[in-house]
Amino acid sequence: MADTMKTIEIEVLRYRPEQDKEPFYQTYKVPFTDDWSVLQGLQYIKDDLDGTLSFRWSCRMAICGSCGMMVDGKPRLACRTFLRNYYPKKLRIGPLEHFPIERDLVVQVEDFIKKLEGIKPYIIPKEPRKLEQGEYLQTPEQLERYLQFSGCINCMLCYAACPQYGLDSRFTGPGILALMHRYNTDSRDGGRAERMELGHSEEGFWGCTAVAYCSEVCPKDVDPANAINQNKMNSAVDYFLRFVAPRGAGK
Amino acid sequence: MSAQMDKRRPYMRSMSGWWRRDPYFIRYMAMEATSVLVAVYAVILLVGLYRLSQGEADYNEWLASLKNGGSVFFHFLIFLVFVYHTWSWFKIMPKTMPAIYMGGKKLPQPAITWTGVAVALVLNLLVIAILIWVKP
Amino acid sequence: MKRSNDPVFWSLFGAGGMLAALIGPALVLVTGIAVPLGFLVSQDLLKYQNMLGFAHHWLGKIVIFAIIALFLWHAALRIFHMLHDFGIHAGTGAKLVCFGLPLLCTIASAWWLLGIGF
Repeated sequence: MADTMKTIEIEVLRYRPEQDKEPFYQTYKVPFTDDWSVLQGLQYIKDDLDGTLSFRWSCRMAICGSCGMMVDGKPRLACRTFLRNYYPKKLRIGPLEHFPIERDLVVQVEDFIKKLEGIKPYIIPKEPRKLEQGEYLQTPEQLERYLQFSGCINCMLCYAACPQYGLDSRFTGPGILALMHRYNTDSRDGGRAERMELGHSEEGFWGCTAVAYCSEVCPKDVDPANAINQNKMNSAVDYFLRFVAPRGAGK
Repeated sequence: MSAQMDKRRPYMRSMSGWWRRDPYFIRYMAMEATSVLVAVYAVILLVGLYRLSQGEADYNEWLASLKNGGSVFFHFLIFLVFVYHTWSWFKIMPKTMPAIYMGGKKLPQPAITWTGVAVALVLNLLVIAILIWVKP
Repeated sequence: MKRSNDPVFWSLFGAGGMLAALIGPALVLVTGIAVPLGFLVSQDLLKYQNMLGFAHHWLGKIVIFAIIALFLWHAALRIFHMLHDFGIHAGTGAKLVCFGLPLLCTIASAWWLLGIGF
């Protein structure tokens, strides 16, 4: 109540396939207080100005990964980006780059989901395990090895950041390769060999050219660039030694 | 349901000029572009090697062309590009390594960068020192 | 899924990049600026007799070969990737140029170094 209401101009990309030939920008004047996130700005637009605006959101606290969008050309979570940091300039919001636009700020994510399933994102036990054996035990050091990479919330900001994914969507991409690394380095997991066929290919680690913008934009500090590029050395050693002393398959 | 599916018309945006969209990408392209002048310098040395193999007269011609003002200025540009290469090389290097632990704590990535830059500085100075000390 | 052959070129790229970072600036400074302008180092450093003597020695041959070849192979992969980044279809033609030229230069430098003798 103590904050004064200011007004910011927000340009939002619109695209209704049934009526728009191509995307265009529509400007809205949004009153806000300093605590408002970009998401709240969008919700104000939808609630009070234009109910036809479509966008994804859910938790509003940067854990569900739904509200990824381009804010002034940078991949951001709308719930974790604040209008006060752009005021008094105009703010431009668009859908996540490198994905096909479904409608307004909503992008098609089928490719991401398909790739996610493709890397077997679950613990593949080293050997069959009986219930009586109890839970896995893990030291803090073993946990440390993969913990950072387990923080991914599948928000796809890194895909919007990655030019290699944008240029060729056959590339598996930062987030999913980081998740592959997370499972490969978990001491409970024995599925590395199965996952490495993808890893050793152009669609895997070798499609990355170390732009590393993905790590810059990741809201959870997963550092996918690190996950991918530290595997290049292993992949290269395995490449040269594979007929002599293979260390984890890859045909 | 299929009537709604027919209305879907996903829009693909162009990647043309993508690297101009953000200063981060411009820096990336600059880093990649350093390789062009690295190659040019290697070719200059290659030509020198060829001239060396062809005898004193040919080699001295090559050596004399290095004294040309344009060549010196060009090498100054090459020098700046090599310096940027060194800096950007060690900036990206931490991303290519697994995390290093010292005394139980993870070494911050900038520490790896600064160590690399320091080593490069020392080695480059060492090379210059050797070339000064070597009295032909 | 086809295994990538990138490791070959990536290893060369890495070796060349590291070498360029560790001694490149010094080399450029000395050969391109200091010797021609006659400051810091002896003007005679690159004299024919000196360089020939250096190239006669097996160690000198290795140094000259490593610098020329690795710098070129470093550029090879980066330029190949740059073509792709600029939207130029990086197909067989691009591969021939980006990796064929360094190969030719590598062979040429080995040939000339051996031709100079011991």
